[in-house]
Amino acid sequence: MTTSGQNSTATSGISRAWRSAYMRYLIEPYLYVGPAVALIGLVMLVPLTIGISYSFQAITLLKPGAPEWVGPENYAALWRDAKFWLALENTFWWTLGSLVFQFGLGLGLALLLNTQFYGKRLFQALVFLPWAVPTFLSALTWAWLFNPVIGPLPHWMAALGILSEPYNILGDPDLAMWGPIAANVWFGVPFFAITLLAALQSIPGELYEAAEMDGASSWQVFTKITLPFLAPMIAITVMLRTIWIANFADLIFVMTGGGPANSTQILSTYVFTTAFRKLDFGYASAIAVALLALLLVYAVLLLAIRRRFVKI
Amino acid sequence: MSAIRRTSPVLAVGKYAALAFYLIFALFPLYWLVKISITPDKLTYTEGTALWPSEATLSNFSTVIFQTDFLAYFGNSLIVSLGTAAATTLIAAGAGYAFSRFNFGGKRLIIALMLVTQMFPLLMIIAPIYKIVAAMGLLNSLTSLIVVYTAFNVPFATFLMQSFFDGIPKDLEEAAMMDGCTRFQALRKVIFPLTLPGLGATLGFVFTAAWSELLFALMLISRNETMTFPVGLLTFVSKFSVDWGQMMAAGVLALIPSCLFFIFIQRYLVQGLTSGAVKG
Repeated sequence: MTTSGQNSTATSGISRAWRSAYMRYLIEPYLYVGPAVALIGLVMLVPLTIGISYSFQAITLLKPGAPEWVGPENYAALWRDAKFWLALENTFWWTLGSLVFQFGLGLGLALLLNTQFYGKRLFQALVFLPWAVPTFLSALTWAWLFNPVIGPLPHWMAALGILSEPYNILGDPDLAMWGPIAANVWFGVPFFAITLLAALQSIPGELYEAAEMDGASSWQVFTKITLPFLAPMIAITVMLRTIWIANFADLIFVMTGGGPANSTQILSTYVFTTAFRKLDFGYASAIAVALLALLLVYAVLLLAIRRRFVKI
Repeated sequence: MSAIRRTSPVLAVGKYAALAFYLIFALFPLYWLVKISITPDKLTYTEGTALWPSEATLSNFSTVIFQTDFLAYFGNSLIVSLGTAAATTLIAAGAGYAFSRFNFGGKRLIIALMLVTQMFPLLMIIAPIYKIVAAMGLLNSLTSLIVVYTAFNVPFATFLMQSFFDGIPKDLEEAAMMDGCTRFQALRKVIFPLTLPGLGATLGFVFTAAWSELLFALMLISRNETMTFPVGLLTFVSKFSVDWGQMMAAGVLALIPSCLFFIFIQRYLVQGLTSGAVKG
């Protein structure tokens, strides 16, 4: 008590202007960052906590009556739900299929853009354009392209012998997933190309000159210089993108709504349709928590693998 | 070696074939959208899959603009997207400036929390958000959409703004503060003009993101008068799924604002997406 009293008399000895300047110095950063923190806290983190609590409640808008706590009942139902396991499997194929093609085509585009050619600026603007197309519009456009009445794709596939006759693959449970994947690849290639292009441009030019003097082939240059330099960037981009694609429900929801026969239902569309169509918020939240847990496990695994193999 | 590589005709042809492939892959779907939108209704079924229609018309566009609610949807989306872009940029500029110029307690925690918001499934909060918005009586209001979208976009926009502030030397505002400005005056008079391109890019990114958001708008808006463009178009598609020309004309119209902003932010793409920002 006495020490704090002495302190306060000591500080009042310092000029008042100094003290207010010091207070301002302490408080000022929070004035700038405050609105962002308040907004994110109120609109994202508080609802996130509420969402987790929903997963332990029976809370359906269609049924009257107050929500009640049911403990782990939603999770038990999830465990028995064949649709959930199917959605889990579909999430895996959707993410893997989209990622492989986005990455392969994105890397190819980045390598092309890292060379010189006539009209490069215009070319770059045009091939990046799909990134700016609103997702619902990408989904509709691709759904229309796959429609045999107004789209050319079924006819081309039939001519190439991929399909026996021009029909809509979005209605075929065996092939439907390829529709949203095609739209996702189209939409996602620019992102990978941009990220990898930036990484490519950060590779020191002297390395290539040295390799050239030593008579290395193009393939050797690619595997011995380019890939090792890109590896850390590739690892982090692939990890973030995997999480983003697994969460990405818009394309599938618009193109197939999860059908036919749930063949394109992934976990995030299952969350949305359960919340939006059935208004069963408790069960939807339980699926969402399961998805979050899976993504966390994935991120931890990938970070561990990266630490082991990529030494920076 | 390099001389041989540069002149090798096989490689040159391969390269230009690859360039052509990427160009066609990127533009063909959009070309098709435009093509069907200018095909007259009577030709849609006979020439639906031809590469170019024998007749072209703009009647689909005039029908969509003058005889449906699309103009209202368009206006709603414009209000939501511009409101979100303005609010997000203002808030993110503050936070980005704080991250760039100050060291303060809790900074690492706040950055970590912002990164977390970019990772978890946003759909996880769709039910709580619906309940909260409903309890406040704000369902079917554009304001609730603006608030929600602003919160979603602030983390990414903050990292973007931080990278722009990092590119402006600290000495500038320190000199102004030596001359008697408060920090806020220095920020307003010296830093603000320099960061205009950054503000513009952030506005563009956020506008594009808000313009395409569908799922939360579907959940929070059910009345026709306040529907945003994505919700309106989707409702239209599920109701009249045979008016191909009109639907695609509406699609082409939805494309225009995004393309305008894209032309503007194109220069900042590489810079913006790689400066610690993680969102597609």
